[in-house]
Amino acid sequence: MKKIVIDEIYCKGCKLCIDQCPKNVFENSSKRNPKGYLVPDVARAEDCIACLLCEMICPDMAITVEVVDDEKGS
Amino acid sequence: MHPVAEKYLRKEALPFIFCPGCGHGTVVNAFLRAVDELGIMEELALFGGIGCASWSPVYINTDVLHTLHGRAIPVATGLKLANPGRKVVVFTGDGDCVGIGGNHFLHAARRNIDMTVIMMDNQVYGMTGGQVAPTTRTEARTQTSPYGNPEPPIDACAVAVSCGATYVARWTSAHPRELARAIKEAMTHKGFSFIDVVDQCPTQAGRYTHGTGDPVKLLKIIKNMSIPLARAQKMPPEELKGKILVGKIHEDGAQPELTDMIYALMEKGKAR
Repeated sequence: MKKIVIDEIYCKGCKLCIDQCPKNVFENSSKRNPKGYLVPDVARAEDCIACLLCEMICPDMAITVEVVDDEKGS
Repeated sequence: MHPVAEKYLRKEALPFIFCPGCGHGTVVNAFLRAVDELGIMEELALFGGIGCASWSPVYINTDVLHTLHGRAIPVATGLKLANPGRKVVVFTGDGDCVGIGGNHFLHAARRNIDMTVIMMDNQVYGMTGGQVAPTTRTEARTQTSPYGNPEPPIDACAVAVSCGATYVARWTSAHPRELARAIKEAMTHKGFSFIDVVDQCPTQAGRYTHGTGDPVKLLKIIKNMSIPLARAQKMPPEELKGKILVGKIHEDGAQPELTDMIYALMEKGKAR
């Protein structure tokens, strides 16, 4: 399972992650951070393949993709 | 915040001054990943001139020198000669590197001094208000060329190769993975290494030259204009007009390096 965290303090709402994600994990949202930028919504984290393109393209290094290894043995 | 950023950035200086969607942030991101993989944070010495791009080392929690406009390379040369153990990296913009500091760039490449120059090329003077830069494309509209730029742009990579740089590569902000790999290669290379990173400027070049301030559209424009070198070699030259050729352009590890030459000369002088 993948856990995607967007740091709302540092996100500037440029939407590059929404465009770059090959699996369409992110979604536009109307959630504003303290600076007034629209922070994307992680709508389909279960589709994430951990290619890390969102992490690498993020100009503010606000995205973290964690691979949570809880599927082992199941 | 990403763990790599948590580890290497100065929290008190954040957030980045870059506009939302600016490509410079992606370059800093790729640089930190390369540094993290190499584990050379303690050996780094970073330099910046003046401009948006040159501001980027300021956020990295290591030794940083912020110098005059275009003069980052001579200061870096001085530090490298005085302390050859340091890994010297210069962050510079297109105007800073080939415009104002063009002369310094030529001579650092000629001397083949061991340093890495990362030129963030957004084809405009962004911080000062969107003036025409030496890398601005012909007929591009900027604040100081409202009827289109009459001048042809400079090809910084070709200049670097012709002057004697021993590692030259060009990537864009649309290729972050390849860019991080190139930065890693450049930092491990002994000699003058130069990376031209074409990136988007949504506020100045985006709005006036490309007609959109949307970073997503600008990144698509850059991606569609990029052609890998291997594919470009099979294409006729007229199809390559106005395209960005990406990849490793030149590498030569056999050339003598300036710091080694000077220290050998000093030993020779002492022996006399």
